[in-house]
Amino acid sequence: MIANTVEVDPSDRVDPLDRTVEELVAQRPKTLSEIDTHYCPGCMHGVAHRLVAEVIDELNIRERTIGVAPVGCSVFAYNYFECDFAVAAHGRAPAMATGLKRVMPDKVIFTYQGDGDLASIGSAEILHAAARGENITVVFVNNAVYGMTGGQMAPTTLVGMKTTSSPYGRDLKMSGAPLKMSELIAQIDGVAFVSRRSLHSPAEIRKAKKAIRRAFEMQLNGQGFSMVELLSSCPTNWDMKPVEALRWIETRMVPVFPLGDFKNSVPKNSVRGV
Amino acid sequence: MQHDVIFCGFGGQGTLFAGQLLAYAAMDAGLHVTWIPSYGPEMRGGTAHCTVIVSDEEIGSPLVRAPSYVLAFNNPSVEKYELLLAPNGVLIHNSSLTSHAITRAEIRVVPIPASDVAAEIGNAKLMNMVMMGALLQCSQMLPFEAIERALEAHMSTRRPELLALNKRALQRGVELAQAQSAGLGVEASA
Amino acid sequence: MPKQLLKGNEAIAEAAIRAGVDAYFGYPITPQTELLEYMAKRMPELGRAFVQAESEVAAINMVYGAACAGKRAMTSSSSPGVSLMQEGLSYIAGSEVPVVLVDVMRGGPGLGNIAPSQADYFQMVKSAGHGDFKPIVLAPATVQEAIDLTGLAFDLAEKYRTIVTLLLDGTLGQMMEPAELPPMRPMPAEMPAWALTGAAGRKKNSILSFRMEAEDLEAHNLHLQQKLAVIADEEVRTYEYMLDDAELIVVGFGTAGRVSQTAVKQARQKGIKVGLLRPITLSPFPDRRLSQLADEARGFLVVEMNAGQMVEDVRLSVGGQAPVKFYGRMGGVVPMPDEILASIARLDQATTKAPPTYKIEGPLVPLTKAHEVTR
Repeated sequence: MIANTVEVDPSDRVDPLDRTVEELVAQRPKTLSEIDTHYCPGCMHGVAHRLVAEVIDELNIRERTIGVAPVGCSVFAYNYFECDFAVAAHGRAPAMATGLKRVMPDKVIFTYQGDGDLASIGSAEILHAAARGENITVVFVNNAVYGMTGGQMAPTTLVGMKTTSSPYGRDLKMSGAPLKMSELIAQIDGVAFVSRRSLHSPAEIRKAKKAIRRAFEMQLNGQGFSMVELLSSCPTNWDMKPVEALRWIETRMVPVFPLGDFKNSVPKNSVRGV
Repeated sequence: MQHDVIFCGFGGQGTLFAGQLLAYAAMDAGLHVTWIPSYGPEMRGGTAHCTVIVSDEEIGSPLVRAPSYVLAFNNPSVEKYELLLAPNGVLIHNSSLTSHAITRAEIRVVPIPASDVAAEIGNAKLMNMVMMGALLQCSQMLPFEAIERALEAHMSTRRPELLALNKRALQRGVELAQAQSAGLGVEASA
Repeated sequence: MPKQLLKGNEAIAEAAIRAGVDAYFGYPITPQTELLEYMAKRMPELGRAFVQAESEVAAINMVYGAACAGKRAMTSSSSPGVSLMQEGLSYIAGSEVPVVLVDVMRGGPGLGNIAPSQADYFQMVKSAGHGDFKPIVLAPATVQEAIDLTGLAFDLAEKYRTIVTLLLDGTLGQMMEPAELPPMRPMPAEMPAWALTGAAGRKKNSILSFRMEAEDLEAHNLHLQQKLAVIADEEVRTYEYMLDDAELIVVGFGTAGRVSQTAVKQARQKGIKVGLLRPITLSPFPDRRLSQLADEARGFLVVEMNAGQMVEDVRLSVGGQAPVKFYGRMGGVVPMPDEILASIARLDQATTKAPPTYKIEGPLVPLTKAHEVTR
């Protein structure tokens, strides 16, 4: 945990004791479509989608939520969510979300972006949406590679990590160090909530969901820009087995990308279903 | 009948406003008119000029190579536009600030000590209105009252006391140009 | 409503407001900045959306987002900024959402300068972005026309779910002319069925510009082409001057067109039977009208503020039935009527055996050969 993180208030924990195991595990959220997945085995996009869908269900905002998908593996996100969706140009989702939100301030607008999309080609759009304090929510999936194009180096690739475009390992002198977007964005005034969570274990996944919920609540409260970064695996492009990949997140990514809330404004009246 | 006028001077001399005032007056008189400024970096400190075309017919080109009238508020403007003026065109210049020797013989040159007259009236910024009065007198393109009405309708209402001074400046410009016409032959061949 | 003395850029902004624009997103660039500034003042007054974006890239994608909501959205820029918008334009075209863009062209290539130019005819008419698409391109020549075409732009954008560009140069953007503004239109109460307004009581809507299967994308491409064919049949607009008995036809758009009109008038006074065709729609291009005129005409002269771009379309339309000459100025130089008059006279003499009955003084400035291209 680094110095400027803020611990989540334990009283705000989501404790779904009132639900059965079947409901929690077997039931499909209303906001998820009933179709087969195209994501690779072991990919965490499915988990991330489900967390977002569960939060949308719990907040009862599906009918007024509009998502913006990126370019990358999750370009197909529109297919999996049972809510209105647009697909942005590579990196431009925050700009598109700005357009949507400014003409429909009463709607809930979120972007779903990968690391190449958000931290590389879309770095200007994300920073300025944050700087304007756009009242939108960003779900940022960081798996340290470009997935869809076949595993090239991303701005979040670790130093020394081998990818198809850093075949000798990411060289600090040649390609610099990974960008820590949550830390960067947390510095900006107008940002209400920034949290980095990981999807490598059930316990972390529960924390991730809580952060996603908090991020959407910030928007519902009109508090400004919110973002949740999710450390995620890409077994295919990392050339690892799924379990091995999850272990790699924990042992290799987390030390570079520490988990926690980097900005957490005092919530206004908590929104419990609208 | 078409009149092409180029207003030119330093930025801050009221060049563009003088042109706009003529455009407003022409519009209010039911005539066709175009006003086009120079734009860009030269707006700061350098020269400012605008082209105004007034016509009783639809206006094609909003720009002219050889204007029939030039209102030159400073020396560089006299230098530049003397040569561009149409044959037999009219060059009205602010002789308080100009010293450039005019070489073309066939054009009509009307020197108006506009800055000095404006200072006499009480505000050096009225120079452009003195020049405008001279243009009205030389061109007869619009009645004096049309410009007066345009001033009333389109001048900032924050300082109404300036209105009377502007009208006075216009009137002085007309008088000075009238005095020039009397000695036209001498002026043109000088 | 009485006529007002209006500056082109500001007149377009107010016309867009009266046409019911819900959202404006832009970035400062000369010579269109007055449009952005006008919107910055007026849009918040009316409770409508205005954002000064971090770049033209962001601005066009904000427009894309607002348009996906079914709202009337627009942006404005000038040549280098429009280059940056081309990515977004292509996505918008692929998604078929209505958008209005105002491009106040300046000199290029590169940073070029801020002076008036028509060097982006190719960019907007032929290649507004990657992939097979064309926006509707409207080219006003007067402030009144700019106002009228702004209203039309929103109507056409919605009718055909397409991008409509107002393509003008810095001259018209900066110029003041008396013009009449239309009354304020009522804002639409309902959004179109395809809009992203939240899936309440209906199936979800998706807006995207991609089709992964080749056959699917081809079907989409064919649909876009069919729409263009309808637009070509229905939406061609021209301004015509003294064409009835014209043996020579001058073709020019925007400022080059209206300057040419003065030259045509002067040539008529010399007894040359010449007329003007000023395309108001550059896309769709008035190819059939030109082909029809080519049946009778002795020759064509295309006048542009570029190195010769629209002239290619005129040549295609004329189809070799008559010679097509070109006269152009570049770099922000606006051609003057005397230059065009001299060019008309040369075309006249080149296309007839009869000796000239008139005398042309020629332009007061010497011209280089480069301005007149016979390819």
